Amino acid sequence: MTTYSQLAGGREISLPFSKAIEISISNLRIRFGRSLITTSGVILAIAFLMSVWSNNAIIESLRAADSSEVNLLLQRKGIEIGLDASGAVSAEAQARMDEEASKQLWLISLSLLVCVVGIANAMLMSVTERFREIGTMKCLGALDSFIVKLFLLESTFQGSAGTAVGIAIGFLLTLLLALIDYGTHVFTYFPAAGLIRSAIAAMVVGTLLSLIGAMLPAWRAAKMEPVAAMRSDT
Amino acid sequence: MSEDKPQSTAEVVEKIVEAEEQRTVVRTQDVKKIYQMGEVEVHALRGVDLEIYAGEYLSIMGPSGSGKSTLFNMVGGLDKPSDGKVYIDEVDVAQLDAYELAWLRCRKIGYIFQSFNLIPVMTALENVTLPMVFAGLTSDESREKGMELLSKVGLADRHSHKPFELSGGQQQRVAVARALANDPTVVLADEPTGNLDLKTGTEIIELLRSMNETSGVTIISATHDHKMLSVSDRVVWIKDGRVDHIANRDELDIEVTQVEGEE
Repeated sequence: MTTYSQLAGGREISLPFSKAIEISISNLRIRFGRSLITTSGVILAIAFLMSVWSNNAIIESLRAADSSEVNLLLQRKGIEIGLDASGAVSAEAQARMDEEASKQLWLISLSLLVCVVGIANAMLMSVTERFREIGTMKCLGALDSFIVKLFLLESTFQGSAGTAVGIAIGFLLTLLLALIDYGTHVFTYFPAAGLIRSAIAAMVVGTLLSLIGAMLPAWRAAKMEPVAAMRSDT
Repeated sequence: MSEDKPQSTAEVVEKIVEAEEQRTVVRTQDVKKIYQMGEVEVHALRGVDLEIYAGEYLSIMGPSGSGKSTLFNMVGGLDKPSDGKVYIDEVDVAQLDAYELAWLRCRKIGYIFQSFNLIPVMTALENVTLPMVFAGLTSDESREKGMELLSKVGLADRHSHKPFELSGGQQQRVAVARALANDPTVVLADEPTGNLDLKTGTEIIELLRSMNETSGVTIISATHDHKMLSVSDRVVWIKDGRVDHIANRDELDIEVTQVEGEE
């Protein structure tokens, strides 16, 4: 008795990656309204992350400038300049900064967690909504891995688009606020390298979050029995 | 084949077709299926032996709850029996791993559903070519073959339409073309006329019948549409998880009038 994999020979059931990309993009386009809501969660979380990071970068850069005019502005905003005569940060100021940083970290983690939960929830809904479509694809010969690919790609596209928008919003808002507070000094001591680093980091974080959020839903979709496609009562 | 007398191609083809008709494509051996519904065990199938031959048009009839759908899913490789064996093309379905099952569904079986189940985000042509993509055809090959299939079902001019832009009958035609995408051995049609009106239903049945006659594909359909009976080669009646009786084509005319008379 020959097995089917022998019959299949070298030609395996594979799906060009491009097809999976094509399908997931058209899926997003057709459910644009809902994906916009899901994406807005990512946008908000990443905008917050980016605004914190770029604010840090700007202040760091201003502080490093150590010009008397800027120091005055910083002090007026209640920001510790914290440099003694020798130019080193005082221990007291350092402790205060550390406390501030850990508070920030806590807030950022919380917002990202909420974001992941939001993505997972939206993707689960999307799976439930499409159970018949998934079943049909499995009847037509789709492998589990293809279904997983489909959902992960969809979430990644959604996530990276949202992240890009979030980065832009977060950065622009922070820049606006910094301009109000410190005027053109912001541009004089513009921390371009630091901001680009933050933007890249935020991009990675946002995309990763979307991937993580979509893992469980994608796995659930892949494990769906093809018989589901036969049910007509939906 | 005799060696002394040269035969015309038509004769050879006829002989091959005859031999094909005797070949069994699906065979079930004492198939039982038990579902655990909470505390209760439900015996959906209580031992079904059935042989389905290559090139025939077989209908499975039975009231709801008779095990018709369960048997149908079994012969389609969508469900595994609790006991007994199902052979599709002489391969025991229970022995296949997920990968081989996907291969079987992709190459050997075409599915037609009651509610059409076209992928909503894809055009008619993309829907038809999807199984070919799964089978590893290049996009040029699948496009060409997809158009050919669409023209066979009379929808070549609608190839760029999305499912929601097509009528129910047209959607089911696309589904028929999709089912035939990888030249399957068996086409499974689950209540293919269930969501269609009388006229379009008849058209789909005729389309299936003509596909069966021209390409020799085996068609198995679960139905309680009596229009389906008149085109079937054989009809299997399922009752209480067993085969109640099997009627051949010549016996069918009487059966149909009887069944219709009961209603």
